[in-house]
Amino acid sequence: MLKSSLGLIALSSLLLSGTAFAQEKIKVGVTATLEGTYTVLGEDGMRGHQTALNVLGKKIGDKELEFIVASTDATPDSAVRAVRKLIEQDKVQILLSPLSGDEGIAVKNFAKTHPELTFVNAASGAQETTYVDPAPNFFRYNMDGAQWQVGLGKYAYETKGYRKIATVGEDYSFIYTQVFGLVLEFCGAGGQVTNRQWVPLGTKDFASVIAALPDDVDAIYLGLGGADAVNFLNQYQQAGGKAHLMGGSIMIDQTILSSKGSAKNALIGTIAASGQADTWEDPGWQKFVKAYQDSFPESKRFPSPSLLATNYYGSTMALILALRQVNGDLSNNQAKLKDALAKIEIDAPNGKIKLDANRQAIGTNFVTEVVDDGKGALFSKVVKVIPNVNQTLGYDPAVFAKIGLPSRTIPECKKY
Amino acid sequence: MARFIERHPAWALIVIIAVAVLAWLVFAIWPPGLEAAIGRKRVFLNAVLNGITLGGLYFLVASGFTLIFGLMRNVNLAHGSLYLFGGYIGYAISTWTGSWILSFIVAFVAVALVGVILQLAVFRRMEGQDLRQTMVTIGLSIVFADLMLWVFGGDFYQVQTPSWLIGPVQLPLLTAIKSSGEPVYLQYPLVRLVIFAASVVIGIAMWLALNRTRIGMIVRAGVDDRDILAATGVRIQLVFVLVFALGAGLAGIAGVVGGTFQSLSPGEDTRFLLASLVVVIVGGMGSIPGAALGAVIIGLAEQLGSVYIPTYAIVVTFLIMVLVLALRPQGLLARR
Repeated sequence: MLKSSLGLIALSSLLLSGTAFAQEKIKVGVTATLEGTYTVLGEDGMRGHQTALNVLGKKIGDKELEFIVASTDATPDSAVRAVRKLIEQDKVQILLSPLSGDEGIAVKNFAKTHPELTFVNAASGAQETTYVDPAPNFFRYNMDGAQWQVGLGKYAYETKGYRKIATVGEDYSFIYTQVFGLVLEFCGAGGQVTNRQWVPLGTKDFASVIAALPDDVDAIYLGLGGADAVNFLNQYQQAGGKAHLMGGSIMIDQTILSSKGSAKNALIGTIAASGQADTWEDPGWQKFVKAYQDSFPESKRFPSPSLLATNYYGSTMALILALRQVNGDLSNNQAKLKDALAKIEIDAPNGKIKLDANRQAIGTNFVTEVVDDGKGALFSKVVKVIPNVNQTLGYDPAVFAKIGLPSRTIPECKKY
Repeated sequence: MARFIERHPAWALIVIIAVAVLAWLVFAIWPPGLEAAIGRKRVFLNAVLNGITLGGLYFLVASGFTLIFGLMRNVNLAHGSLYLFGGYIGYAISTWTGSWILSFIVAFVAVALVGVILQLAVFRRMEGQDLRQTMVTIGLSIVFADLMLWVFGGDFYQVQTPSWLIGPVQLPLLTAIKSSGEPVYLQYPLVRLVIFAASVVIGIAMWLALNRTRIGMIVRAGVDDRDILAATGVRIQLVFVLVFALGAGLAGIAGVVGGTFQSLSPGEDTRFLLASLVVVIVGGMGSIPGAALGAVIIGLAEQLGSVYIPTYAIVVTFLIMVLVLALRPQGLLARR
């Protein structure tokens, strides 16, 4: 025992003397869903993060950024566990976390217990995270699930002529928020949502869910992601499903569109809305796609970055730029950094992003349609670009507050 | 059967009524009142068929698990890893050769080989030490999971369904009568029916092999008393290796099946380990008919639950397990 602890002391003194000569480091903890249903999403998020580091570099003045990654599985307790470990064991000063909706709500609440640290949301998109009782040290540079659906309801009603739709979604906060955004707009335009089915995150056998889909609707909206989406499509194909489909932001995404097998072909022609569109011609977006493609060999990435890669890129970018503005000054409980983060406007690949009073992103949204590029790869093609989407979706804040918080049954299908 | 009715007349009556009600629900045209109360017949029929076919998959995984346990008293908690490994092998073979059938054969052989290595290198060294075996298999399952994550990544893989199996078939089950008087028949995915038929065939073959062949006799004798069997001159270690290979190979086949009608990804190993544990606890540890019954019960509970009580669907299977443990802890079809 004595011997081993002596050894440890010797080793740590060696390490310490090593760092004494090196530059000062700023430690940032990153979490991603590298386990469970959303593994693929987490992996591509980390690719986006890495792309940002390749483009922007890790230097902040004379300091250097050090990133420590922890894995979660999309459940709130796994996210809090990972964040706690990063803070208590790894002594990180800044958090870039988390990826998924329920995780976001939990980490935001946890952020309040560490007001001295700074939390930059990596990709999570539940509305509640920044809308209800937001944490002053939690910053979100991506839009929430409802903002990401802006434009879809109107497009479905007016251009596609859908009048009655049904929804199938995973039973948690992000998808509630997505359906919230869709229902508000679609029902506001005059459409009807006849049926909302909710399945647990991580469902494998969708056969009965598919059988219970109503036949008397014009389209079915899918709010699924990761393994769930792939399983659904596979079984939908086997059941001979033929309905028109509409997709949520992580359903019509490279994480699904580049999955192996032929089931994804059911998605060709599907309309969707998201914070990005794969084939957008904007030079900033094309530059990002190129940087992403150059950062990884072809077999280790998607043909084009997923929404998660874009979000991780954007949040990493905001953090690095804000840190550079204050020259890495983390004194006085990181007050300068927090101030810079709240004010910064970034030129993200998917359009300009700035924060509102709740430190929630106001950004650009895209309505898309899935196309085949002729070589068997699927991409989301831009149909419409909608700039300046805020969290209340253009509603008067007082009216918006009356609608209620996204849940299985809220909002009601009516015009607010 | 007759003895059961004599001994438990009340239970027999309940069972007969339940079967009659079920038969009526499946074959009759539902009156509008019933449809209004519990939804369309198509949904119900689909859920029942899905439950039974999912039970087929659970049976394939759990039968190997229960076979190994029955003979060797060895709880192999790496069984889920064997399932996932089989699935990945099946995926690799089917994309490489384009043959779905071949992927089953290769997956069976490859995973059976892993089983043989496991038995020779691990279990033989710690025979009779239940706790040690359990801990070692938990450790192995974690190592396997990380190795597979390393090689195959976190991506989802689907074994390509051959084109002649894609799409639905019409079953001779009426779901409704249109207002024009035209009957509407049930459409059901063909691949699930084929897979279910295959698991029934495998189940019957296993039962026949166990009950009608010399090897089966040896295995059954081994289940009852290993030491006496060894004393009669049977090379018990060889039997162990064979049974372990068969059990592991079945898990491998199940992996290909699971990869065909669901998908393969990290985490599936623990899910199927848990499913087969629940199935054998409900059915009775070490009993093949028990595994079949348990698999169908769990499959039905999951599917009917996901349609009629979606919020609590996850709880239902565990509720069944708790009930069985409380009322008949040895499992429904276990021998005392």
